[in-house]
Amino acid sequence: MALIHDFAVQGAQMILVVLLAPLVTGLVRKMKARLLRRKGPPVLQPYRDLVRLARKEVVLADNASWLFRASPYLIFAATWVAAALVPTFATGLLFSWTADLIAIVALLGSARFFLALAGMDVGTSFGGIGSSREVMIASLAEPAMIMIVFSLALLAGSTQLSAISQYMVSPNVGLRVTLGLALISLVMVGIAENARIPVDNPATHLELTMVHEAMVLEYSGRHLALIELAASLKLLLYLSLIGCIFLPWGMAPMRAGWSAYAIGGAAYVPKLALGCFALAMFETAIAKMRVFRVPTFLGAALMLGLLGALLLFVSRGL
Amino acid sequence: MHGLAFDIAHLLAGGLVLVSFMLLYQDRLYALLNVYAFHAVVLSLSVGWQAYIQDAPHLYITALIALVFKAIVIPVVLHRMIVQLGIHREIETVTSIGPVMLVGIGLVGLSMAVMLRVTTDASLIAREDLAFALSVLLLGLLIMVTRRNAVGQVVGFMSLENGLVLAATGAKGMPLVVEISVAFSVLIAFIVIGIFLFRIRERFDTVDIRALDRFRGDRR
Amino acid sequence: MQVAILLWCILALLATAVLAVLLSRRSGATATVYAACAIVSAIACATAFTGIGAVHSDTVHLPLGLPWMGANFRADALSSLFLLIVNLGAAGASLYAIGYGRHESAPQRVLPFFPAFLAGMNLVVLADDAFSFLLAWEFMSLTSWALVMTHHRAADNARAGYVYILMASFGTFALLLAFGLLAGPDGHYGFEAIRAHHPSALYAALVLLLVLVGAGSKAGLVPLHVWLPLAHPAAPSHVSALMSGVMTKVAIYAFIRIVFDLLGPPVWWWGIVVLALGGATALMGVLYALFQNDLKRVLAYSTIENIGFIFVGLGLALAFGADHFQTAAVLALTAALFHAFNHSIFKNLLFFGSGAVLTATGERDMEKLGGLIHRMPVTAFAVLIGCAAISALPPLNGFASEWLTFQAILLSPELPQWGLKLIVPAVGALLALSVALAAACFVRIFGIAFLGRPRSTAAEEAQETDRFSLGVMLALAAVCLLAGILPGFFIDAIAPVVQHLLGGHMPRQSSIAWLSMVPITKDRSSYNGLLVFLFIVASASLAALAIHLLASKAVRRAPAWDCGYPNASPLTQYTAGSFAQPIRRVFGTLLFRARLNIEIPPPGDVRPAKFSVHLEDIVWNVLYVPLEGAVGFVAGRLDVLQFLTIRRYLSLVFVTLVVLLLVIAIWR
Repeated sequence: MALIHDFAVQGAQMILVVLLAPLVTGLVRKMKARLLRRKGPPVLQPYRDLVRLARKEVVLADNASWLFRASPYLIFAATWVAAALVPTFATGLLFSWTADLIAIVALLGSARFFLALAGMDVGTSFGGIGSSREVMIASLAEPAMIMIVFSLALLAGSTQLSAISQYMVSPNVGLRVTLGLALISLVMVGIAENARIPVDNPATHLELTMVHEAMVLEYSGRHLALIELAASLKLLLYLSLIGCIFLPWGMAPMRAGWSAYAIGGAAYVPKLALGCFALAMFETAIAKMRVFRVPTFLGAALMLGLLGALLLFVSRGL
Repeated sequence: MHGLAFDIAHLLAGGLVLVSFMLLYQDRLYALLNVYAFHAVVLSLSVGWQAYIQDAPHLYITALIALVFKAIVIPVVLHRMIVQLGIHREIETVTSIGPVMLVGIGLVGLSMAVMLRVTTDASLIAREDLAFALSVLLLGLLIMVTRRNAVGQVVGFMSLENGLVLAATGAKGMPLVVEISVAFSVLIAFIVIGIFLFRIRERFDTVDIRALDRFRGDRR
Repeated sequence: MQVAILLWCILALLATAVLAVLLSRRSGATATVYAACAIVSAIACATAFTGIGAVHSDTVHLPLGLPWMGANFRADALSSLFLLIVNLGAAGASLYAIGYGRHESAPQRVLPFFPAFLAGMNLVVLADDAFSFLLAWEFMSLTSWALVMTHHRAADNARAGYVYILMASFGTFALLLAFGLLAGPDGHYGFEAIRAHHPSALYAALVLLLVLVGAGSKAGLVPLHVWLPLAHPAAPSHVSALMSGVMTKVAIYAFIRIVFDLLGPPVWWWGIVVLALGGATALMGVLYALFQNDLKRVLAYSTIENIGFIFVGLGLALAFGADHFQTAAVLALTAALFHAFNHSIFKNLLFFGSGAVLTATGERDMEKLGGLIHRMPVTAFAVLIGCAAISALPPLNGFASEWLTFQAILLSPELPQWGLKLIVPAVGALLALSVALAAACFVRIFGIAFLGRPRSTAAEEAQETDRFSLGVMLALAAVCLLAGILPGFFIDAIAPVVQHLLGGHMPRQSSIAWLSMVPITKDRSSYNGLLVFLFIVASASLAALAIHLLASKAVRRAPAWDCGYPNASPLTQYTAGSFAQPIRRVFGTLLFRARLNIEIPPPGDVRPAKFSVHLEDIVWNVLYVPLEGAVGFVAGRLDVLQFLTIRRYLSLVFVTLVVLLLVIAIWR
């Protein structure tokens, strides 16, 4: 009986993240438009976009291979599994012990691996640009993420996300320097990984400025719908990650009643909205960096993560 | 003893180290001045908080001095000096950012290793604050070493002095007279440097150190 | 019993080698020799597998070699594990070569030495005294040198062989000195005797450094790695696979045997040296790999990166062992051994793939390949699994061992010494950086060589390879998946080895619910490869089902969109060099002095513009060129000794004799 209950909660989380992801994208776009004194597209527009794309015919390049056709499913599956393992309204999910934070980071890495390969499949120069820039960004963003994971794991005594968020709610967490450094570093890595300004422009199709869009240039129809949904899921994942680690209040503990889950859900939605608003403000306030300043930006994130971990090694009080 | 008060003190000291890293990272003169002003603000917050938890009212005056002089007066004066010198363009560092940041982290590790081993009889909080202060000092020296523009070197020197103030307040015993004398000596040094910069600029039309080396006559 | 069977297998391999000398010019010799090797290796592999868990190790004493010592052979848990790795790789390579060897232009240069090489590797792992160990080590080096010199007419290969034999001899010399120090003044060369009395602290430190030089140069530690990227590509592909995937593991075996088993309790600063070398090796290896265009050279540098990874695990085990944190030391050693096994599997797979590409197209240069996924689909699939495994992607085996290493790093704040406290987070960052760069490297390889459009006629006309090669590659890909999904079984298999070396082992993995992998305790951290794999498959199927039911199924083929400016020429695709350009710009300017020279002719001149990338190998320039210069200088100075008169020679001998007598008189 408890097993079925746990399955239901885990399943609810999986469905919830897929349903909420396009809403997050729509909310960010709407807020950015409002900040620029435009009316902006409706908040539910991404859902309509996905349905429209799904109904369209797929146009494949003549020399696209089976990898090109299979990649959207692999990318979506890896991102969905990772997003399903990040606690949103409840901690202690049934399968939270199958993959800890390092595994979640690596799952996102697999999604990126296949996306970069898909970019190179058709053999155009745009795909090559996107893939080569993407792997450069990843080669700095992933180590920064791992250093953040180290800092959090050293503090919480575990790499499981549920344990980390439970530690952050408990009274023994203080206002630590390392946590501050980890938060700043996580925000920087999140911006880079989700291809937001200032690292990449999600709304552009100019060769000079695109990374993610260049890799998916040849996709159309239902494949493109899956990839866009995966990108929205990734943004939701990062917002939930920041929320569950640094704003851990309100989440239902393991095997709580339905009222606790409702409270958890009610606490989760404002966290998402706050994250969307912060992202929209940040993207509006800052300009996109040229590509070769991105390594400096991410190098700073890596250094902050390294400094945070170093401080923990040197003194557990920090 | 891990009360919230000591956590905030730690956070502010660590924040000062972080802002020192941001100073290392800057390559535009105006941004450098703004970050330095922020550095001074964080210092004054930190000193103010120390005044609160140590119950030492003279440190409030120190905080006020830091706020007024270092966060407002000095950046404004430097700003006007830059405009008069006409050098509001990019600073070029001696080597690329990556190795400089790595050396910075190494310096932080070194200062932690040194301070936490040498001072074994003080409380843990005081030792860690001293370690942070030494880091800020070393990072200030690193800023001076890796900059080519004379104004950048001045900023490095000032941030070094901020580290000294942090160390002194953290060690729980800095009489007001010491602070005033240190502040005034820095101010005097600052005025002298400013005068020299103008004279150098008059003579050589530049304050770029490489150019000055050429005029000095020894080409390495 | 086990040792006897293994010795018979070795004898069979040597007999095959002799047979190959006689028969190599006949047709069908290739298939016979390789089939014999495969069968013998399979028998040895099975024997080794049964030997891992055995309680008592088996010894055999043969009256060969030194008269007062003979030749001793033992198969304990550590030897059995590495024999398993060696023979699994050997069986795979032999089966692969049944198909690949048909395209060999000079079979008489390969066939005799291949079984001898296998025999040499097995002998090294079995040896139980210093003399047979060194003899087998040198035999292994010489046979592999002969294989490297197979196509010695090519200038590169001759130089590769020269550098290889030089470094190998130097390594053997270092190991000789190490064993001399271990044996002590009484000359106890047997491993049992060495285990009984440990050397003093100073001698132990010297032995560690000598073993790092000797075994490390064979494994590929920076800065002794320079022979590896020259020699591994020069040999035929199945031999390259064995050299990269298996011979480096024999070197790791030598390191573990001497440092963990024979040397006695470790000292804390040994961990620092090994960690620093491992971290630097990992980063430098993968950075070198990103700037090469030759497929096999990239794989050789990637081997260096993984060896660095393994040495980081070994360094952590030493550091934890010195401070008596047994759980952590056990975890670190298990992670290193598991990664050694995993690496041999996927590195063999990747080399077999590059061999297949070489036979199909005749090209090793990535800049002339492309679009091979259409011409060689099964090879491409197997190589894709290999690339994903080596990039540490879940749910494959590379991720499982990388995860365990990171868990070991997370245990290290307990270490009390300051040097370790400062170096472990730095090494952790280096490892994370090299894992991310490795993924970039293998996206590059697969993307340029297999995807896109063909860049030369050779790539356009490639054909799929033969069934033996494909079979072996698919089998290795399956092992990669299996080791990633069910890592618990492999960890339990490694447990007796760790128990023997460190006196403890990780908790029994196969009894954990749902077959998770739990390094210490469940609430600390766990990873379940099987469930992650099932989740991914389930999500992908669910997505595919939803799309199939709800979305349109229409597909149309058309020319590539390319933003409205499609270009038919395959030359407009990204090349290997351009793919690496962003990373070269970020990491290469400092470490490799990467410079881009652009020559643009003045306006009006119709010559094409040229740009060239100039990279410097800092290890070669900083270490080897001055060394070469110094050796040349000294040799030049000593040259006068060639031209002395008879009287001078006699007086030289006389003076030496007098000096030696003086030394004896004073010192005694």
